[in-house]
Amino acid sequence: MEKAILSGNEAIARGAFEAGIRVASAYPGTPSTEILENVVNYPTIDASWAPNEKVALEVCIGASFGGARALATMKHVGLNVAADPLFTLSYIGVRGGLVLVVADDPEMHSSQDEQDSRNYAKFAKVPMLEPADSEEARLFTRLAFDISERFDTPVLLRSNTRISHGKSIVNLHDPVEGLPEPCIVRDPAKLVMLPANARRRHPLVEKRIVDLEAWACEQSFNRIEEGEGDVGIITAGISYQYAREIFPKAPLLKLGMVYPLPKDLIREFAARFKTLYVIEELDPFLEEAIRAMGISVIGKEIFPICGEFTPGRVEAAVTGKEPAAAYSCSEDLPGRPPNMCPGCSHRGVFYTLKQLGAFVTGDIGCYTLGALPPISAMDSCVCMGAGISNATGLAKVLPASERPKVVGVMGDSTFLHTGVNSLMDLVYNQSTATILILDNRATGMTGRQDNPSTGYTLMGDPTHVVDIEALCRSVGVKHVQVIDPYDIDLVREVLQTEMARPEPSVIIARRTCMLERRGGAERRPPLAVDPEKCVSCRACLKVGCPAIEWERTADGKGKAVINALLCVGCGLCQQTCKFDAMGESRGK
Amino acid sequence: MENNVKNILLAGVGGQGTLLASEVLSEVLMMAGHDVKKSEIHGMSQRGGSVTSHVRYGSRVYSPLIPEGKADILFGFELLETYRYLPMLRKGGAVVVNNLKIAPAPVASGLVEYPDDIPGKLAAAVADTTLVDGMELALEAGNYRTVNTVLLGALSNRMEIEEQMWIEALKKLVPERFLEENLKAFALGRGVKAQDLTKATAIGS
Repeated sequence: MEKAILSGNEAIARGAFEAGIRVASAYPGTPSTEILENVVNYPTIDASWAPNEKVALEVCIGASFGGARALATMKHVGLNVAADPLFTLSYIGVRGGLVLVVADDPEMHSSQDEQDSRNYAKFAKVPMLEPADSEEARLFTRLAFDISERFDTPVLLRSNTRISHGKSIVNLHDPVEGLPEPCIVRDPAKLVMLPANARRRHPLVEKRIVDLEAWACEQSFNRIEEGEGDVGIITAGISYQYAREIFPKAPLLKLGMVYPLPKDLIREFAARFKTLYVIEELDPFLEEAIRAMGISVIGKEIFPICGEFTPGRVEAAVTGKEPAAAYSCSEDLPGRPPNMCPGCSHRGVFYTLKQLGAFVTGDIGCYTLGALPPISAMDSCVCMGAGISNATGLAKVLPASERPKVVGVMGDSTFLHTGVNSLMDLVYNQSTATILILDNRATGMTGRQDNPSTGYTLMGDPTHVVDIEALCRSVGVKHVQVIDPYDIDLVREVLQTEMARPEPSVIIARRTCMLERRGGAERRPPLAVDPEKCVSCRACLKVGCPAIEWERTADGKGKAVINALLCVGCGLCQQTCKFDAMGESRGK
Repeated sequence: MENNVKNILLAGVGGQGTLLASEVLSEVLMMAGHDVKKSEIHGMSQRGGSVTSHVRYGSRVYSPLIPEGKADILFGFELLETYRYLPMLRKGGAVVVNNLKIAPAPVASGLVEYPDDIPGKLAAAVADTTLVDGMELALEAGNYRTVNTVLLGALSNRMEIEEQMWIEALKKLVPERFLEENLKAFALGRGVKAQDLTKATAIGS
């Protein structure tokens, strides 16, 4: 058998390929993004980026209606967007197997909250598998399709940052053969969720959970690992690894399916121990269910609910003391926060918004970094699409004197994700905010993925380009203009005019992301600072460009220098310098 | 309790090639017959932020994260980031570090100073510290981008894996057109030996 060292995301893609999927759809979101980027390596699968997670899931539901196996993937907050179809799909069930991978982000490495997606399994009444490493990610994904068809249910597979972005050794298997060819099958009593039909489906959903619960007691993915001592552990997913690290020899019940729970198996295991730990990251999901069975356990009274687990945090919870460190760093070290790239088209826009005193309702993307110092020009950030609708609501309640300050900001991908609905509302309900679409021709933060306005599909094929200007006009925005975000004077002038206008307007600041995959970003010769002209005023530092460094000088004042290896010549610093000290570097 | 698991913590700055280095390292460890796990963070923290990669190997690895204070080798690509993660190193562990400063935003914007003499502080704390002039050797290999391979070469001296296996892993993971300069970079890195730091004293607890 061939072995490979794969990330959890690569392994999920492999498992889906082995399961014979025909369709995969997703909206990029850390830490789930690379699943679809790896599915593309299997040419038998139609893989695509959807404009949002709800669309991705609905595309997969359609494929399932046709009898094909389909995979939808998203990050935890993406499932909030896809929750609507999920809950009804639970009643409908599947024809071709349907698996929805949801990747949580405990510790919020790259997210706005750390919601625990296991709650969705219980809420939507669908089974959820939770792998503990890459091999299980492959195996459980493959298995999830069998469960989906056997029990006529969508199946959730829960990953998280450590599973998705961690690598471990995987055994590669051949794909299944002999799956039926897709075709139309009419079955309105199952597929049309009119109230009368849904009332007949609901009892089937309840029975399905009972059946799954009994079946799961016999399956090897829920297993007891025998050991020594009189303390038993119940755990699942990544927490299993930390539990084993700290308790290498303890008897342990490892759950591969976290909903529904194998209650008989849990009772059998629990009966053997006076002390039982439930070790699980985030919510007391297993703990509450096990306590509800009348079993006494130790859980969140010692293990943290907030943040991700580490071996040290689990050990500290159990022993009550922090692990001893051999070395410590007494110095207060400078932090290294993330930053917008040199030449990033967002930088000058936020710099200008700050100067104009705008109240910026923001959104999710690289541009959320506009909230960080030294720019600090974003005042709110909730979720995708909220940049526009938050502006709408805020503008409704402010006095006329403050209303012009409200600017809703979002990116091209987020605008197409859900922002377009918000814009429709802004116009339809006659609010007045200024909307700024930072169109950098890519879904930047997750790694420059394509979207409906980039002109390419996930498979790399050229496709129609959404005309964002025409889209804005068609929902009724009368004042739509496209500007170059490198031209700061123009950005300021247009913003001032539009903020003062008592009507909705859209400004599209368009320039290709510096990291865009097809080399579309413009790189100009690097600039240099003329030390004779630099008066040490530090104005250029306010743009927060990583290419500008402050150099110590003998007089103690210091001077700006530009790192020619990083500078792409965007000219933003040049426009902020009143002393004309920045110019194209000569020589060297 | 730890059985025979060994831990290597890579620390650097987003964009420095720590990812490829940890890929090669994991590949070579799998080829050598170990169970291997590696963990790192992508996404927001990549935008010029501090990055780490945890690599663990042995007969059976559980946690993908190195237990706090249990790293056997702190493998640093940048001085400040290496110093930042020093508390992850176990007593008697080793440091292999690139002699390179990259100013983080608060330093670049003149708000705070880059800490002084990190190589000296590391050497004073950890007797087994190897300082590698990675950039210089990478340029000697023909491309400054091979600095991560130079550093792997230096690290390879500390591990009981045949040189040939490293070369095979590089051949597998480095694109053909960059292979020659990377093989050269690896050999140059492998030539770097631990400095005579007998005067330094380890600070234990």
